[in-house]
Amino acid sequence: MSVIIITEQSENKIKKQSLESISYGVAIAKQLNLDAFALVMGATDENLSYLGNYGVKKIIHQKNIGAANSDNKVATKLISEICTQHQAQIIIFSNSLFGKAVAPRLSVKLKAGLVSGAIKLPETGNSFSVKRSVFSGKAFADVKISSPIKIITLNANAFETMKSSDANAEIVESNIEVPAGTINIIETKKNEGTVSLTDAETVVSGGRGLKGPENWGMIEELAKALGAATACSRPVADSNWRPHHEHVGQTGVAISPNLYIAVGISGAIQHLAGVNRSKTIVVINNDPEAPFFKAADYGIVGDAFQVMPKIIEAVKNLG
Amino acid sequence: MKILVCISRTPDTTSKISFVDQNTKFNSDGVQWIINPYDEWYALVRAIELKEKDPSTIIHLINVGSIDNEAIIRKALALGGDEAIRINTNNDDAYFISHQIATIAKDGYDLILTGKETIDHNGSSIGGMIAEILDSNFISLATKLDIENNQAIVTRESEGGEEKIAAPLPLVISCQKGMAEARIPNMRGIMAARTKPLKVSEASNTECLTTINAFDLPPAKAGVKLIPADTPELLVKLLREEAKAI
Ligand SMILES: Cc1cc2nc3c(=O)[nH]c(=O)nc-3n(C[C@H](O)[C@H](O)[C@H](O)COP(=O)(O)OP(=O)(O)OC[C@H]3O[C@@H](n4cnc5c(N)ncnc54)[C@H](O)[C@@H]3O)c2cc1C
Repeated sequence: MSVIIITEQSENKIKKQSLESISYGVAIAKQLNLDAFALVMGATDENLSYLGNYGVKKIIHQKNIGAANSDNKVATKLISEICTQHQAQIIIFSNSLFGKAVAPRLSVKLKAGLVSGAIKLPETGNSFSVKRSVFSGKAFADVKISSPIKIITLNANAFETMKSSDANAEIVESNIEVPAGTINIIETKKNEGTVSLTDAETVVSGGRGLKGPENWGMIEELAKALGAATACSRPVADSNWRPHHEHVGQTGVAISPNLYIAVGISGAIQHLAGVNRSKTIVVINNDPEAPFFKAADYGIVGDAFQVMPKIIEAVKNLG
Repeated sequence: MKILVCISRTPDTTSKISFVDQNTKFNSDGVQWIINPYDEWYALVRAIELKEKDPSTIIHLINVGSIDNEAIIRKALALGGDEAIRINTNNDDAYFISHQIATIAKDGYDLILTGKETIDHNGSSIGGMIAEILDSNFISLATKLDIENNQAIVTRESEGGEEKIAAPLPLVISCQKGMAEARIPNMRGIMAARTKPLKVSEASNTECLTTINAFDLPPAKAGVKLIPADTPELLVKLLREEAKAI
């Protein structure tokens, strides 16, 4: 019996979010006295044995994945075969686009209870339960899984990557035949901006307080200096000051970075719903009564146009 | 073309979240209930737009829930849709709910639309589960949808961008922002909704794989540390040395 962690790659390298999932899966394996295996799909530029450092015993490397990256039906079939072959008792995904598309399917295929958006290690005493975020980040639920096989998708930035040994993992090639898919990709488009919002550790976000799109230079400059992604409130996206994919909140993207810096955003409940899982929240707003200050860790009551240039300078001087 | 739109009932986005019965139940005192915004604004309204383009389209709504849900089902019918089905059971397990929906969805629907997630459970799992039960394709987090030559042309979010894809029908799609613009029901819609069929059927026998033991609320923030506006560099210092965030 094993814990299998389903990893994802970006540009043929294991993603950071997958390293978090690996660390999480390894910790569960320890709790239950199981072996932790990682599944890597597709060609890679890395020598995967380094994943042993994170406590993984074996890497299952399935190079030929056909359409599994774009067709979740194909991916589900492939992953379910591998999980069955390796007697997976617990299967870990990142709560990413891929995890959201495949984990529910796999849940049905393997009749395995699914907890999505986990934020903590499970309790594994008499029963198996996992804490997840609910009510758009305003509460948590402790959810019991009663089926023999269990699937968990882990929220980004909820569990720290942990190197626990200097051992190398054994790499096992897997050669399962991948069925053809029926989904055809006609066109792909990349968003502008270098850091993707959901993966970002730091996010700098602007609201209507910035008055207009012409004033976003300071948001971008601070983001650049911090290696951060940029985001915005809903009215900003609705007025087309910023692209829609930057809209965070209840009806936009939900994020949980280490650091969220909100500039000229009032902190409406629907905005908070998408960002309240951030570890540290900084609010810059000229209205001391802005509700966002109640949810913030650090705040400056002041005019963004005065304050931001000084912050940018101080960050640049950090070295 | 036959479309099934899955709608869920959720607390209004401004609801205060608290729990009763030793934190095992959501406290619905004074809560206003709405159609889950993703289901309403994106899935349902897009289905209505497709029907406006091709009036032969049939739209059915489905909700899994108790009789308390009928107010929001009528509201959904007021926006559009030909009839609604309510499966009379109260349950939180996605596996169970998906199987209930699938018993209806297997009857000749070309498109099954869900919202991206509900704003109370945030599971994002019903669409994928229904697709697997029906052995059909699933496109998650779609931002655009059109039907051309009997196949769906869908744009979906991808890692750091978007993808336009073509997929054969039948198809399950989870819908998010971009799909359509929110609408308000008009008087004619509200009147018509009163007489549209709302069928009730009992739940089929399916196992539950998960149960909620208890809820809890995040600890209150310690309180904001305010930094004077004339020394913003102090903020940067604190973020580095105290919060270790940069
Ligand atoms: C069902 C529903 C869903 C919603 N979903 C979302 C969502 O997902 N995301 C979202 O963001 N919103 C959402 N909203 C909208 C939300 O209620 C707020 O209207 C919105 O978040 C406000 O955006 P804002 O803070 O940018 O603008 P405002 O509320 O206009 O706030 C601007 C702020 O900037 C400050 N300011 C002004 N000038 C300056 C200056 N010079 N320097 C510093 N500060 C300044 C002001 O004091 C004010 O606090 C939703 C609403 C509903 C009803």
